Amino acid sequence: MSTSSAFNDEKGGSSSAGEPEYGHDPASGGIFSSDYKRHDDLKEMLDSNKDSLKLEAMKRIVAMIARGKNASDLFPAVVKNVACKNIEVKKLVYVYLVRYAEEQQDLALLSISTFQRGLKDPNQLIRASALRVLSSIRVTIIVPIMMLAIKEAASDMSPYVRKTAAHAIPKLYSLDPEQKDQLIEVIEKLLADKTTLVAGSVVMAFEEVCPERIDLIHKNYRKLCNLLIDVEEWGQVVIINMLTRYARTQFLNPNINESLLEEGGEKAFYGSDDDDDDDDDDDDEEKKAEAAALAKRKPYVMDPDHRLLLRNTKPLLQSRNAAVVMAVAQLYFHLAPKAEVGVIAKALVRLMRSHSEVQYVVLQNVATMTIKRRGMFEPYLKSFYIRSTDPTQIKILKLEVLTNLANETNISTILREFQTYIKSMDKDFVAATIQAIGRCATNIGEVRDTCLNGLVQLLSNRDELVVAESVVVIKKLLQMQPEQHSDIIKHMAKLTDNIQVPMARASILWLIGEYCEHVPKIAPDVLRKMAKTFTNEEDIVKLQIINLAAKLYLTNSKQTKLLTQYVLNLAKYDQNYDIRDRARFIRQLIVPTDKSGALSKYAKKLFLALKPAPVLESPFKDRDHFQLGSLSHLLNAKAGGYQELPDWPESAPDPSVRNVEVPEWTKCTSRKERKEKKVEKPFYSDSEGESGPTESADSESDSGSGSQSGSEESGSGSESEESEEESESEEEEEEEEDEEEERAKKKKKVDKSKPKKPESAESDQSSGEEQKRIRKGGKDRRSGTESESEDESESESSESESESEEESESDTDIKKKKKTAASKPPPKQTKKESKKETKEMSLLDLDDFEPTPSPQVTPVNSFLSNSLVTDLEGLSLTDTVLAPTTIAPSSSVRLYELLHRITGEGLAVEYCFSRQPFSPDPHMVAVQIQFTNNTTSEAKSLHIEEPKLQSGMRIKEFPEIEVLPAGESVNVVMGIDFCDSTQAANFQLCTHIRKFFVSIQPPVGELMTPAFLTENEFKKEQGQLMGMNEISEKLTLGEKCQSEHVIVERVTSTANLSRVPCGSDKESRFAGKTVSSGSLVLVTVTRKDGAGALLTVNCEKMVIGTMLVKDILQALTQ
Amino acid sequence: MIHSLFLINNAGDIFLEKHWKSVISRSVCDYFFEAQDKAGEPDNVSPVIRTPHHYLINIYREKIFFVSVIQTEVPPLFVIEFLHRVAEMFQDYFGECSEVAIKDNVVIVYELLEEMLDNGFPLATESNILKELIKPPTILRSMVNTITGSSNVGETLPTGQLSTIPWRRAGVKYTNNEAYFDVVEEIDAILDKSGTTVFAEIQGVIDACVKLSGMPDLTLSFMNPRLLDDVSFHPCVRFKRWESERVLSFIPPDGNFRLMSYHVNAQNLVAIPVYVRQNINFFETGSSGRVDITVGPKQTMGKTVENVIVTIHMPKVVLSANLTATQGTYTYDPVTKILVWDIGKLNQQKLPNLKGSLSLQSGAPKPEENPSLNIDLKIQQLAISGLKVNRLDMYVEKYKPFKGVKYVTKAGKFQVLTVPSHV
Repeated sequence: MSTSSAFNDEKGGSSSAGEPEYGHDPASGGIFSSDYKRHDDLKEMLDSNKDSLKLEAMKRIVAMIARGKNASDLFPAVVKNVACKNIEVKKLVYVYLVRYAEEQQDLALLSISTFQRGLKDPNQLIRASALRVLSSIRVTIIVPIMMLAIKEAASDMSPYVRKTAAHAIPKLYSLDPEQKDQLIEVIEKLLADKTTLVAGSVVMAFEEVCPERIDLIHKNYRKLCNLLIDVEEWGQVVIINMLTRYARTQFLNPNINESLLEEGGEKAFYGSDDDDDDDDDDDDEEKKAEAAALAKRKPYVMDPDHRLLLRNTKPLLQSRNAAVVMAVAQLYFHLAPKAEVGVIAKALVRLMRSHSEVQYVVLQNVATMTIKRRGMFEPYLKSFYIRSTDPTQIKILKLEVLTNLANETNISTILREFQTYIKSMDKDFVAATIQAIGRCATNIGEVRDTCLNGLVQLLSNRDELVVAESVVVIKKLLQMQPEQHSDIIKHMAKLTDNIQVPMARASILWLIGEYCEHVPKIAPDVLRKMAKTFTNEEDIVKLQIINLAAKLYLTNSKQTKLLTQYVLNLAKYDQNYDIRDRARFIRQLIVPTDKSGALSKYAKKLFLALKPAPVLESPFKDRDHFQLGSLSHLLNAKAGGYQELPDWPESAPDPSVRNVEVPEWTKCTSRKERKEKKVEKPFYSDSEGESGPTESADSESDSGSGSQSGSEESGSGSESEESEEESESEEEEEEEEDEEEERAKKKKKVDKSKPKKPESAESDQSSGEEQKRIRKGGKDRRSGTESESEDESESESSESESESEEESESDTDIKKKKKTAASKPPPKQTKKESKKETKEMSLLDLDDFEPTPSPQVTPVNSFLSNSLVTDLEGLSLTDTVLAPTTIAPSSSVRLYELLHRITGEGLAVEYCFSRQPFSPDPHMVAVQIQFTNNTTSEAKSLHIEEPKLQSGMRIKEFPEIEVLPAGESVNVVMGIDFCDSTQAANFQLCTHIRKFFVSIQPPVGELMTPAFLTENEFKKEQGQLMGMNEISEKLTLGEKCQSEHVIVERVTSTANLSRVPCGSDKESRFAGKTVSSGSLVLVTVTRKDGAGALLTVNCEKMVIGTMLVKDILQALTQ
Repeated sequence: MIHSLFLINNAGDIFLEKHWKSVISRSVCDYFFEAQDKAGEPDNVSPVIRTPHHYLINIYREKIFFVSVIQTEVPPLFVIEFLHRVAEMFQDYFGECSEVAIKDNVVIVYELLEEMLDNGFPLATESNILKELIKPPTILRSMVNTITGSSNVGETLPTGQLSTIPWRRAGVKYTNNEAYFDVVEEIDAILDKSGTTVFAEIQGVIDACVKLSGMPDLTLSFMNPRLLDDVSFHPCVRFKRWESERVLSFIPPDGNFRLMSYHVNAQNLVAIPVYVRQNINFFETGSSGRVDITVGPKQTMGKTVENVIVTIHMPKVVLSANLTATQGTYTYDPVTKILVWDIGKLNQQKLPNLKGSLSLQSGAPKPEENPSLNIDLKIQQLAISGLKVNRLDMYVEKYKPFKGVKYVTKAGKFQVLTVPSHV
């Protein structure tokens, strides 16, 4: 009972205080025993079975952690509660675990199993939180577990879990950098994700783990650009910064030509004076650019992808988040053509009204920008005026900007403004203002005298600091044209009596020594006075006195010989060794003795050489080699992990690397996925009805529907759908334009450099070479053009990649070699082929008697290993004799005509969809093409040319058929990525004499491959594809297809689907995935009484779904 | 990204620490204290401090330094913006962002920080989502919690994070559906002694308090959107719609939020609502000075100017002030050297005047600079730029909400120079 009273006391105590408080706790007094006792209490509370007590204990422990007190000895007691049912207790335990697991690794392992269980939870939020905590526990032993969990989560259905997986990647990486390679694979996978939720997090992971792997971005570039506006703010910052770097490596400098044109004009405008140093440097750079441009003499055309980036980031200048605005601003500064950079000025000026910390950072960046692009901020000059309430650091930065902005036209305004600043009470700021005036004076010749006069007036200022600073600045100014200003020097000489600031005294002395011939009478007198006070001066002043003495001795030894000796003698015994050294050195140099060295002859030259005038330049000059907005830029030093902003490439790398992704479908799917999420909602949270949003948050979706949906609320769902599609198609058009431009460009390039198609050119090369290309599938075009552009590093990497692949795929290699050798296949293999067929058929028959589980017609592939399939495929292609049999008997394969015998002038071409995986690229549909030569002469070099494809579509041509003898036929296979659309692929079929325009249009059912699901999986997937992704149609079954057997046959022949086992004999289920994007296609046929039936298709891609419904309906009602 | 966070009060106590990665000793803050000593004023502490192994990025808000520890390259604004977001979240949760409030709610603060960052990268920063995860304390709830031992953590898992509208929580229900919009404009101006405007501009914000059930889709349009020169939006606003039609179309977050901030086109002349006639002189002999200030309404569009306060930072040599105000009260703080004259409402008939003498430190030279006047004021029911909300429409939901728009004009950084300007 004593225990319970103990924690009752505790509880009473803390509840009376309202919240856990530690200030009054005796333990903080430091008595060790009571410290122990208190922790005992907490342990007891944690061991109790009352949640409220546990919670109280956890709250107090967390409060301890927050205050930085050590609570590690409670670990065993806390970790027991990791499986607690109470959510808050659980959360606080997580907080504790993450804090202390690193210190108590062994004990922490006890909790792992809980999280592992959590990873399998049906609720996505629990899965995510389990992964989050698991990955936050920094215990090295669990690295493999983490790796596994991340991999699994990366392919989770829930985008939220995938996001968490992306977050976990850098955690694991920092724990064990050895995992890098595996993590890159996960990153690559997640980069392909199409949801806005994941995009920001995965790019963050990319930046932390493998920022150098810029090649991973290619395929996702356009998608990232398009998603950007809907990504959350923090993700936007990371993505924009990364894309800036990407663009610098992939596109050409948009200002190459502009600098050429503008150069003359700009110089006349700003830099009419030769002393204008900033501009001089600009000019230098421009000249370089000009030289480069002249060397090329190529008109600059902006890559459409470059344009896409600029266009899609621009609206984000309106973000409320300063970091986003800054990110866009730096992107424009580094990437946009000069004429367009101006748009960022307004947004940056807006940020200056934000918190002073934001102002500080923004001003730093503006200061850098104003050096290169002064014109941009000139209209906002007044926004940089300084207020008396600004903190000093802000004032000084504003001053910097104002100085950078000064030019002939606005200098008078700026100087007047400066004048008011000099009266400020903030002396640091006044000193900075005086320096700024000095800089204006050096940069703008016309106002130099005005400034100098103003500064001289300041010499009579009451504040010594002001005077001192003025002296220093005047010294620098005078150095530029000393002849005209001997009166100022005289005036300053008089000041030595009053000014005590060492730097100022030193400056005056230097001036007098340097220009002693202008003030021949005063100079010796000054030296006299200084000799008197020498011992009391500061070191820098002493050094200048010695200098002055030396110079006077050389010019006017008559008057100053004794003084000089006196000064040198004083210096000889000075405490500072620098001064002693200097005195010794000078004595040797100027006083002629018998031992004096050769140098003394040149003493005059040494001391009275013409010194170059100092250059007063901004500390922000050239800071833009750091990426603006970065920490490194702010510090003007490279911070750890900073990624250099690369220079523009000399010539643009191949733009087609970004083509791989299909823009319009990407958008489509991203949108669909959002819908999917909406559908998910009722699925996961039962408390919520279907009242969820029907409107997509997409900014463009409602442009058309806004006003309508108000009047017709009930129909708003479908309306927004419509408008969405509208805007979508608009974008598609846009996209297509871009694409076309690009293609045209590419074509031009190809035409120029290589009139022959790259494909045909390379077919001459060794078979190994070809092999590489085929293995790489979609990448082949890229490597082809790359070798053209001689981008060494890239092609190297791709080569090494393919080499490693080559090794692993040696079996297919052999196969291909056989193929290229066009040898007849061994008969053994043929048998296998036919065996396969019979098996297929028999299964179909069996199905009649055994209705429940069995794969259908097409799933042949499932029980053949992948390599076997390719083996067989490869053989059947080259086999001329057996080819017809491969096609004919299978009921599911239909032949289409590609080229009729007559139009083909004797060459007949037929094709069919072989429904086998296209091994070089799994995203392509395999099309088997049969050529029959009905003429009496040989047909030579049959190949494909000039594919005209919808954007995103790709073709993998069949290898050229060198000879087709008269009367023979040959089968080949080509791959087409239809991008999950039924658009036709158009291309030319060429022989050695003729070209034929042909096109292949796939039936929708051929755009998919079978997917194997269990009944449960099927139901689960179907549950997620409800709403707009589900299409149901009632139908009356045709006379012949009342039986299940026939239905199965009809459906599978219409679409390349596999059968899913089903408990009910009234239902038949089929599943497949689209070839390009892998979206699920689920088909259910439910037979009702009589001939009635219900057909349901669930597919993320609605267009596919709709068309499939139509096709299956037709098949079933016949 | 963000490694750790320390909260430090003005006295230099570290009263809260939170680590998102491995623990960093609080001794890292010594570098911060060093910089603080050097800077003197809290405002002058550099937001970014470099130490041998870390970078400290800090903000100063409500007398608290939020010091974050960074190890590698990160955009400084990213961190600064985030820290401000944290401060705003505290404000939102506890009504104030003060040391006391944070200490009193240390567990909630800790839970919030845990949710806002994951491994140093922002995770959930939307108030609506966080409030679903962690319920803000109310007096009633904290009483109930102490008795029943129940918690502040939401029982249901939030779904907002998963939706396409991450800023709005799901399942909102109100019996009274209402949406209020406050158009608040601030005049930033510098006037010279003669009353000429050296510089003037108008900043505005639209703050909203939306309490609507379900998922309403709102459209707010203006009579004169051309006035708006530069705008920034809450993420809920659809950019494209604004660009094409100049209307604000959005699904609002639940509760209070800032819908947009704007800057009024610089071409429009800014109406200055008050004028100030003033004379502040210091005499060379006798260690004294004179003050004579009169404030009167100028372009007020027929509205009353309220809450007028004149603040003057006097030179250091001013020891005391002996003044008479015809309206309102004045105080002079000899330590901070700040003279505050709280006038209240401006009266057209009888203009308020402050007159009298200043006594200076004897022997000290006459102060060189003339202090400037900072004016505070407020005008109800007026947006000084003339911006007007045209209409607010709601789509998707069927009920009729109560709608309201309020206009207020305030002085921002409104300065009157006591020296004639040259412009």
